Parts: sequence; structure tokens; C-alpha cells
Amino acid sequence: MAKMTLDQKLAILSDAAKYDASCASSGGQRRNSRDGGGLGSTTGSGICHAYAPDGRCISLLKILMTNFCIYDCAYCVNRVSSNVQRARFTPEEAVELTLEFYRRNYIEGLFLSSGIIRSPDETMGDMVRIARSLRLDHHFRGYIHLKTIPDADPKLIEEAGLHADRLSINVELPTDASVARYAPEKKPAQIRKAMADVRLKREERKDRSHSGKRPPRFAPAGQSTQMIVGADGASDTQILTTSTRLYSGYGLRRVYYSAFSPIPDSTAALPLIRPPLMREHRLYQADWLLRFYGFELDEIAGAAPDGNLDLEVDPKLAWALANRHRFPVDVNRADREGLLRIPGVGTKSVGRILTTRRHRGLRYEDLRRMGVNLKQARAFLTALDWRPRGLDSQDLRSRFAPPPEQLQLI
Amino acid sequence: MHRVSLPEIGTFDAWRSQARALLGAGVPPEQVLWARGQAEADLFARDLPMPVGAAATVPRGFVDLARRVVWHRDPERFARLYALLWALGRNRRLLEDQGDARVDRLRKMAKEVSRDRHKMTAFVRFRDIGTPETNRRRFAAWFEPSHYIMEPVAPFFAGRFGDMDWSIFTPDLTAHFEGGALRFAPAAPRPDLPDDATEDLWRTYFQNIFNPARLKIKAMQAEMPRKYWHNLPEARLIPQMIAGAQARAQAMAEAAPTLAPVRAKRILGRAEMDMPVTGDDPLQGLGECRRCPLWDGATQAVPGEGPMDAPLMIVGEQPGDREDLEGRPFVGPAGQMFDAVAARARLDRARAYVTNAVKHFKFTPRGKRRIHQAANAGEISHCRWWLDVERARVAPKLILAMGGTAAESLTGSRAALRQRRGAIERLGDGTPVLVTWHPSYLLRLPQAGRAVAEAEFLSDLRQVVGMLRGMEP
Repeated sequence: MAKMTLDQKLAILSDAAKYDASCASSGGQRRNSRDGGGLGSTTGSGICHAYAPDGRCISLLKILMTNFCIYDCAYCVNRVSSNVQRARFTPEEAVELTLEFYRRNYIEGLFLSSGIIRSPDETMGDMVRIARSLRLDHHFRGYIHLKTIPDADPKLIEEAGLHADRLSINVELPTDASVARYAPEKKPAQIRKAMADVRLKREERKDRSHSGKRPPRFAPAGQSTQMIVGADGASDTQILTTSTRLYSGYGLRRVYYSAFSPIPDSTAALPLIRPPLMREHRLYQADWLLRFYGFELDEIAGAAPDGNLDLEVDPKLAWALANRHRFPVDVNRADREGLLRIPGVGTKSVGRILTTRRHRGLRYEDLRRMGVNLKQARAFLTALDWRPRGLDSQDLRSRFAPPPEQLQLI
Repeated sequence: MHRVSLPEIGTFDAWRSQARALLGAGVPPEQVLWARGQAEADLFARDLPMPVGAAATVPRGFVDLARRVVWHRDPERFARLYALLWALGRNRRLLEDQGDARVDRLRKMAKEVSRDRHKMTAFVRFRDIGTPETNRRRFAAWFEPSHYIMEPVAPFFAGRFGDMDWSIFTPDLTAHFEGGALRFAPAAPRPDLPDDATEDLWRTYFQNIFNPARLKIKAMQAEMPRKYWHNLPEARLIPQMIAGAQARAQAMAEAAPTLAPVRAKRILGRAEMDMPVTGDDPLQGLGECRRCPLWDGATQAVPGEGPMDAPLMIVGEQPGDREDLEGRPFVGPAGQMFDAVAARARLDRARAYVTNAVKHFKFTPRGKRRIHQAANAGEISHCRWWLDVERARVAPKLILAMGGTAAESLTGSRAALRQRRGAIERLGDGTPVLVTWHPSYLLRLPQAGRAVAEAEFLSDLRQVVGMLRGMEP
């Protein structure tokens, strides 16, 4: 076989990496290279340097070190039983690509993942070598996200956390039973254990030692994970149950939901579907309600009677429609928790309502200027000059849900 | 009428000092004409008055707002800012009114400037213009922002690309960063930058990171508006990527599954052989226990630890958050409480076998925390199987049961703990059990009531130490 060019390898190994939804470069330490002693900065908020026509942000150089893999996960394009073309970057190639892309302002940094080759330790060791070379040889101060391999030597994970801003381990599927079925080589218990270790190491490093010195931070931008949606039969409630456990147990920054998407060279074990993009979107919305709006899981589940979120209306609106006795909410009197429950009112608008209210009463037009989505919100709130109508009416839902699609003859 | 012409470089500082002077001199907004750069001559304009009176103070939020609005392309921006500054003199809380139309307009302008600044940090594309003989790399870019943002954005690039030289040319202003020094120069015509081979690699990446099965063109355009496209090397690929997407997705869906390559079987076979061989740990299988549903959601089962011939077995309730993460019993707050009191009682924990009545952590997720839940009778009863295994293996001479759950698991009853604590009970096989408080119970008590219970706990531990001494041969 002729030697592959860097361009050919990049094509294969970025194609292989695109099923990982995360591309975030936010959070963690702020650094810069204003002193001239290195390259790169992190500002805390992350920058999307481009968008592909799939609507996804391109923030990091997201590549696999290699797509050779000894595992056989049914949903994965890189599984051992797939006939996809294989390639492998040398550590030097991965380092050079990262730096040259970075210098041209294409990226915020590197998101490095890998298939498992030979052994978990060897794979993790090579990934750590890339991160170490970027940090120590090239004084790279941009963002690094490393995928960790659960059963690799804890010493390697330790070093990974010193160089990387973020670590992640994918749980892949929402239930242990699904993992056993579709990713037989992966051990869910081991994945949870690895997440627990990352949390413990992060907490350990936050405390000052008795000499008052602060130890080097461990994965300052935290850890994240990804779940594939729609490959197994898990319901949205099951998925969100797993998410809440992950958030509460391991302090995850983010759980990413990735609609199961057709892959080249699929397996008979997992038939291809059109990616359930709307379902993915609803899950993110529900995830936000759980984390920033004070919703409890059973409230969201209560508005999803068959265990799946309503695809036609967003989960907050679905909850409001199912709990109409809690409305209308008076924007001039309700507390923060009450305001956060109004469909169409976001956390920022709530902040604006609360500050302005200290000085004067709010009218309908004020709310528009504060960024409230009145098309949704107006049915559920009262203002000085506004009283909603039809809160009890049977057809309230139809005001928001899209009209039923006309059946098409084929 | 006063005419104020602000410089193209240092616009904000100049605006601020001029606005201060005008305000100090009591010049109302309708009598000021503002312009950036060389303004056209206005026949009625006069020079600035000398400031009188003390410097004006403004709410903090105003300076932040002005610092952004000043760079907006709207010719009215300076006047609008000055009008708001004037109005703030009459109503200092005006900025807090998020519904005021004047404030709203300026906030929108500030937001537009912030967005443009953000997009500039995202979409500037440098090309390599260095020469091999110099050791400091050199890059340059042409960019067309919507507002006058080159000056406020430049520090971002200086902080990011500290070890290289760069120039950014815009239609309004040029920024140069050379040898660590940042300077601005008047706008220059668009330079002819040489081709850069890395752009081809970047295009390869852009094409391959795209998933054709999830086309969302609107989402892309909302974040990467077309006005930026002509300066983005990757953007020219977009039309063909969109055009081919559906066919590619369809081809994937229609392709029949293929046969696995021959090597797959060999590799999978090897992986199976690597599975660890199991030893003769008495708690073997605990990690896979499915006797009750508590395993689901916990990180791991937490087995007991300590010498297998320990004379004393200490049984607690169940692992907590910390124990669940570490996989070891009594390492969290309750464990620390226990250790503290045990030290006072001279009880050596290392010589005891320490375990829990229930081996998995039972909790309810609440935001970023896991709230402990008491195990129910069924769960306690299912997990007794494991405690019995441990008891049979260690065969302790004395058991310390801490709390209701341990008491229930060992003696079958958790009733009347207050009366039972401190006394010895006998299990079916004759093993003596001393029932006492659970250390986390002590932690939950208010400070006032804690002293009594803690003294009782201490006296129980001392009793254990005494009994153990009596049992020594």
C-alpha cells in the first residue's frame, strides 16, 4: 500500500471523528501568550471558528489519532468489523496540524480521540504524548480536550488531566443493557468508575496544600460525555434519568445527546434510520430545564406520558400545558422560580424583569424589549395591561403546535 | 452648535474626555455634532467650551455600554450616547430600566458590536507570509468587519498569537503586531496575500467533519452569515457540500451491510482471551450483583475492608456519595466523624473489618448533588446475603452495629434504637452485637443536642475496646 499523505489521513481521521457531538472550547482557566513565550489563549467562553452545513460549530480540530480499533460497537463507523479505510497519525503529525491550524486562526485547539489499538494503555499513552508535546515542547496555551480510555492506567489519566482542559468518556448508550448489547467490549461500570476518578482528582487539586501552594489544576474545564439517541429502544425519560445521575454524581459539565446517524458500512445489528434531530433538540431543551430552570425530572417526565418528549412543542410549553392551574403568572409579582416557569421566558429575561420591576410596573411592550418570546408567553402571564385569554380552552395547544402535515400521495 | 471630531485611533478615550467636558460645561445634546475622523465642515459649528465644575460620575454600567457602542457604524452613536449620559444626570437609575426605548436602542447597538467582535475573533483567517530566514513566524489577514472594531479586538489577537508577528488589514484601520508590540496604522488597500498550502488541509477538514445526514443550512447561516463568506477559504465548498449531502446520506442508508474483514474475528477472539481470570475473593460477584435495583445508578458496589481475621466487625448503613466514588467504606464525612471519635476511644480501625449493611449507594439526584435515601426493608434483606458472606468469612468475635439499618440487617429489627444502644445483643450463632448510633446521625443533629449523643457514641466505642481487650487470649 502506498504511503498515505497527510491530507488523506486527515480526511479519514476527521471523517471518523465527526460522530462526537462535542466541540466546546469553553470553561476552565484563562490563559494567553501576550508574554511572547508561547502560542495560544483561552478566554473562558470559546469561539466557533466555522460552521458546517450540518449546523454544527467547528471550534476544535476534532480528529482520531487512529481509527484502527479492536472493539466492535455496532453504532460506530470504526468498529473492528467495519470495512472503512484505516489510518493513523504519528504524534508529530497531530501536533503539527494542531499548531498550523491554530496559527491561522482556524481553531481553538485540539479534540483528540482514538480507536483502541492493541491495548488501552498504549492508546492512552500515545494520546498523552501528543498533549504533552503540545504543552511542553511547543508551549501551546490553546484548548485541549482528550477522550480518556476508561481502563487505561490511572497514571496516564492523571497526566492527561494535567495537560488537557477537558476530559471526556462517552457512556454511548443510556442503559447498561444497551451497552452490553451494542458495545459488548465496553463496561458501563468501568466508565462510571473512570468518571468518578476524574471528579475525585479534580476535587483533590482544588484544595491548597498545607504550604499554601495550589497544585496544578486537573482538567480545569471539567468532564463531559455523550449518549447516542435513537439507536437502542431507550425512552427520553430513561435518557434523562441517566443524565441527572451523571450530572449529580460526577459533576459533568455537559451531557451531549447525539442523534444516531447513518454511518458508512453499517452493521446488520443496527438498522440505519434518519437521524432523530428533533428528538435530540428536545432532549437538550429538557436538559437545560433540569440544570438552569429548577425543573425536576419527574415534572418533565409527567408531561411526557409515554416516556418520550413531545416533538411538536418544547418541554417547557408541554409542562405548562399540562399544569395550567399554575398560570397565569403575574410578571410584576412572581418570584424568580415562578418566572422561570413561563414558556417563552428565558433566564436572561427573568433577570431583566426582576431589575426593572424594582422601579416600575411592567407592561406588555416592556416584555417584548426584554427578549420575551411573547408568542408563547402571552397565554401564560399577566402584566399591567395584559390578561391572557383561553388558558382553559381545549384548543390552547393547537395555538403552538404546528398544523398537522397533509398526507402526501406517493 | 459645537462640533466634535473624534480620531480614528483611540476613539473611545477621546469620546469620553469630550463628553466629560461637554457635560461639565452644561452643553445639551441637541447642541453637539459628533463625527469620527475628518468631519465635513459645518458652518454653524463652534469649538469646544472649556470644562467647568467637577467631573461627572456615571453609573458603572454606562461606561461598559459606551465602551462598546462607540465602535458601532451608526453615525448617530456618539450623539445617542451623549444624550443618554445627559438623561442619566436627571434619572440615575435609568440604565436599570430594561424597557426604556433609548436604553434599549443603545443596548442593541452594544450587542451588535459585541457580536461583530466575536465574529471577527472567529473568522479572521491568517495566511503565512513568513520567510525561511527569520525565526519568528509572520502572518497576515484581510477582514471586513461590520463595525469599527479593529482597535478593540486587536488585544485579543495579541494575547492569542504572542509568539508570532501578524498584521490584520481592514477597510477602516490596520493593526500590526511585531516583536510583541501592537500598533495601529490608517487603512490600507486590500493586500495581495500569497497562497497558503495549509488552507487546502483546512478545506479537507471542513469537508470531512461535516455529516451529510444532518443537513441544517439555516442553523449554519444564522451563525456564519453570508457576508463573511468571501473571506473564508472554506466557504466556497459549502454549495457543493449541500448539493451532494442528500445523495450521500441516501447511499449510506441503502448500502447493504458488508462482511466483516477477516482480521476482525482474530482480533475479537484475542480480546476475549484477555479477560482477567477470577480469584477466590469471598465477595466475588458483588460488582455484578442484581439482587435489588440499587446497582442501577450507583458507581460501584462498596465491599467491606479490613483483615479477614479481624476480631471486630463494624457495620454501617450504606455507602454515601464519597464512598460510592472511591469504592471504599467510611471515607466521607461520616467516616471522618467515626475516625475522630474512634481515635479518642483508642479504637484501631485498621484492625477491624469495616463494612455496610447495604453495599450500593441509594440516592436521588438533585442538581449537582446526590441526596442520600434510606434503603428499604427489601433492599436491606437482599443485601444481607452479602453481609452474611462477610460474617462467615471474617467470623468476628464482636460486631458493632451502627444505626438502624445495620441493626435491622443483623438482628431483624430497627425498633427502639434509643433504648437498645449501648447494650449487647446476641445473634443466632451467639455472636455478640453492640448497637450504637450511626455517625451520620450525629452529624445531622444540631450542635446543642450533638454533645450528648456524641458522648454516648464515645462510651459505646470505649465499651467495644474494653470487650475486645477482655476477649484477647
